[in-house]
Amino acid sequence: MTRYVGRVRVMPRQGLLDPQGTAVEHALDALGFHQVARVRVGRTLEIALEGGSASEARVKLEEMCDKLIANPVTEDYSIDAVDVAP
Amino acid sequence: MKVAVVRFPGSNREVDAHRAALAAGHEATLVWHRSTDLEHADVVVLPGGFSYGDYLRPGAIARFSPVMRAVAKHAHAGRPVLGICNGFQILCEARLLPGALVRNAQLAFVAKMVTVRIESDATPFTASYRVGQELRWPVAHGDGRYVADEATLDQLEREGRVVCRYVGGSPNGALRDIAGICNEGRNVVGLMPHPESATDALIGSADGAPLFALTAVGAGAGV
Repeated sequence: MTRYVGRVRVMPRQGLLDPQGTAVEHALDALGFHQVARVRVGRTLEIALEGGSASEARVKLEEMCDKLIANPVTEDYSIDAVDVAP
Repeated sequence: MKVAVVRFPGSNREVDAHRAALAAGHEATLVWHRSTDLEHADVVVLPGGFSYGDYLRPGAIARFSPVMRAVAKHAHAGRPVLGICNGFQILCEARLLPGALVRNAQLAFVAKMVTVRIESDATPFTASYRVGQELRWPVAHGDGRYVADEATLDQLEREGRVVCRYVGGSPNGALRDIAGICNEGRNVVGLMPHPESATDALIGSADGAPLFALTAVGAGAGV
């Protein structure tokens, strides 16, 4: 079995108020970064798993996201990478 | 009435809920979350707290606790289930209630007495109140902002499923000032405030005590 590392990104759904993003945005503005237009805060998970192929690993990661990792009411997820573990 | 209060790892209001049910004259028991049988219970309460440390999202991991299969079975049979605070979050994560509870709009944990208005008396838990009645219940949460898409919110309003609302602005930015809702069958209720911590004037309010009367339970199917 090949070992893979999947990188999963979970972000607050577009249009939903993201108070953490707004707080960071204001803090950056206060620090003089006036060019900052918008900040959104999400989370990244690195999941190491065993799979026959990268595409099988991706299918499993999607199942994990649908079942537990992301809440479909408030969050969107994307699987940014599925790499072979070093 | 037999009331089962579920204890998850990280629950911290289960004793309050248990005491409130006992004080109302019920036979109340604390049930560990690994239990898979709630057949003995007429009413199930999921208490407040921080199950599994709120890791990932509040309620996201607790919803897969072994007991939740029995909770779903109980709910689908039309029997009363009350989720308070973290219990409400768990019921939403388990899809037994629509929507979700996200981080308070002001980001700060809020712990204070609030005023809520009863919007529906047609649930097993609010039958002792009248619509429009204003109550003093405490809140204590960091993730209490109720959100759902517009269509869901409209449906909740249309079907009279907003059970109670904050008066004078919500403490957490909840959409439409929603503090509590119920499911389509009206037997599953989620509340963000803590009626179980408002059962004696000595601790600031006794307005939560009638919620545990449960006089309507058993009178009809579910309600």
